[in-house]
Amino acid sequence: MSSPVLPEETEVQLDAVSRRLALTNDVAVRFARMVEIRLLEDRVIDLFGEGLIPGTTHTCQGQEAVAVGIAGATRPDDVVVCTYRGHGMALALGVTPDALLGEILGRQIGCMGGIGGSMHLSDSSVGLLPTMAIVGAGIPIAAGSALTAQVLGSDRISVSVFGDGSTNIGGFHEGLNLAAIWRLPVIFVCENNLYGEYSRIDRTTPIEDLALRAAGYAIPSETVDGQDVDAVLSVIERAAARAREGEGPTFIEAKTYRYAGHSRSDKAAYRPAGELDSWLERDPVRLYGEKLIANGTLDEEGIERIWAEQRDALEATLERVLASPRASTADMFTRVQASGS
Amino acid sequence: MPKLRMNQAIALAIREEMERDPTVVTFGEDIAEAEGPFKTSEGLLERFGPLRVRDTPISETGFLGAAVGAAVTGLRPVVEIMFVEFLGVALDQVVTEAAMMHYLSGGRLNAPLTVRASCGSGLGFGCQHSQTLERWLLGTPGLKLAVASGARSAYGLTKAAIRDPDPVVVLEPRALYGRREDFEPGEDAVLPFGVGELLANGDDVTIVALGQTVGIALNAVSEANGWSADVIDLRTLMPWDRGIVERSVARTGRLVTVEENQLTGGWGGEIVSHVASRCYSDLRGPVMRITAPDVHVPYGSELEAEYLPSSPYVAKQISELISTDKVPGHWWEDTR
Ligand SMILES: Cc1ncc(C[n+]2csc(CCOP(=O)(O)OP(=O)(O)O)c2C)c(N)n1
Ligand SMILES: [Mg+2]
Repeated sequence: MSSPVLPEETEVQLDAVSRRLALTNDVAVRFARMVEIRLLEDRVIDLFGEGLIPGTTHTCQGQEAVAVGIAGATRPDDVVVCTYRGHGMALALGVTPDALLGEILGRQIGCMGGIGGSMHLSDSSVGLLPTMAIVGAGIPIAAGSALTAQVLGSDRISVSVFGDGSTNIGGFHEGLNLAAIWRLPVIFVCENNLYGEYSRIDRTTPIEDLALRAAGYAIPSETVDGQDVDAVLSVIERAAARAREGEGPTFIEAKTYRYAGHSRSDKAAYRPAGELDSWLERDPVRLYGEKLIANGTLDEEGIERIWAEQRDALEATLERVLASPRASTADMFTRVQASGS
Repeated sequence: MPKLRMNQAIALAIREEMERDPTVVTFGEDIAEAEGPFKTSEGLLERFGPLRVRDTPISETGFLGAAVGAAVTGLRPVVEIMFVEFLGVALDQVVTEAAMMHYLSGGRLNAPLTVRASCGSGLGFGCQHSQTLERWLLGTPGLKLAVASGARSAYGLTKAAIRDPDPVVVLEPRALYGRREDFEPGEDAVLPFGVGELLANGDDVTIVALGQTVGIALNAVSEANGWSADVIDLRTLMPWDRGIVERSVARTGRLVTVEENQLTGGWGGEIVSHVASRCYSDLRGPVMRITAPDVHVPYGSELEAEYLPSSPYVAKQISELISTDKVPGHWWEDTR
């Protein structure tokens, strides 16, 4: 569990499942994965600026601990349903940086073959259902994937990840209610980053503690510090155990913050002065690094090495991806229907 | 008048209608404080205040339903659906509630509600943020449907929609928000529903276009070699201007629709079937539809550009139609 030895991720390219298991088994890999997410998200913003990526993108700097905590406490055969803000979740679950950046850059090596884009990721080998760009859509879908486990008698669970703003849409309430009355093995994880698009939560939602909403559906809830990866990990572990034992859904509210704007065009000028800075003081990546130093898992040098390795790995990934073929005209026709078209 | 961008023209239309009629209110996600994700409500909160200009939570069923309720009891709500796909979670309120309100009140109530939604491809947003989706609404009795093709028509159609006694959906091609057009705002610029507009005159073919394809069709005609065309901006699909199409086809003898939607179920089917049955004797060649293929809108600029009919492609298909009197295959029929 606490081996300080990193697998040579930069040398040998691991597949998604191996990446997931490495993260589950090794705290240093967890840290490295958080660094990987942070660096990749920063790079994605740059790539947009350079005009290499069309459309829009939603990055998750500041929310890395939630994704890594979920991935570390679940199994690759569990199901995860998350949103358009999904790069971090995908990497945490094991999706390779090549597959992720490939998708964002519209390449055939992308996890959707380059026809989905930044908002549409998936990898069934690690349980990531397609990330949907319609707010709330994934919540009942997660309940339904938990229904499959219940009906088939498997101990797989589902995790539904969504934002604070999503708790105002019908799909949220209908999905929670169904999960409660059917005692479905699903964990609802609300990443409360205080904003839905350009609106602060207090302007759209009458409460700030969203765990309260679970009470109306008699779903047990826990509120967790979303900047503390170990805290996230342990609430998810508890909820997963409940779900696997047939005790039904749990609602987890992770208090977190997105450093960047809602999407790449958003400068987030609506935030009160000082808010970002106060969250930066509790940066989840730095906090975890400090913790690993304090408990002797890594030293300063080890931390520095991980940052450097991840930087190099990202540039190498980017080089490979940019040299790889784009999705082709034929690709738009091939996956429309399972029965063939 | 300075040239206005389409988003500015929309904001101006709403502003003028709010000035004119104190019952006009507007709401949607991030339309007040942030002045709209596409800046289509610039200055409205400042001018009219938070009673009439409101941000909503991400609750399309809630705020569309509230708009229906407000509309039948005395307000004229203008609500924004940021991307037309988001109408999916609240379609009931438009097609089953608002559109049936007049009927179900024995003709005593009406729902003067304007739903504005951005639509269309061209900006690389991927399959869940790039569709036009007229077909979700087409054929709904009680509902009106308009599609803007630029700043001038967006202005005129938005004003007409707000004044209309019935529920209206106005689709705004997102790729056009930033394009400027020179026009004179005011009463004369209000565009009545069910009246198309002839934007180019020619002899050999009638091209019917809508929304983003209007510009594409006009470009195609300017690139045409050896033929000329009438280009009609249909402007509204419910009702649609049968007269302008019939009169044009009576002169040109040929009909082509240029559609951004996929082939199956696209609005052009309605136009060509009408012309094929009612103008049969005027036709000197087969009717033709130019559309996108029956696939999801692909991600990435290059593929998206192939998906949407381009003006060279439109020109090529029409040249072939005219020279052979046969409808050429769709581009994807030989790519697949
Ligand atoms: C049904 C629907 N309405 C509106 C949107 C536009 N939209 C995309 S993300 C977003 C904000 C969501 O906020 P939140 O749930 O807090 O998630 P976050 O973006 O903060 O991760 C909105 C309004 C959408 N995608 N789907
Ligand atoms: Mg949020």
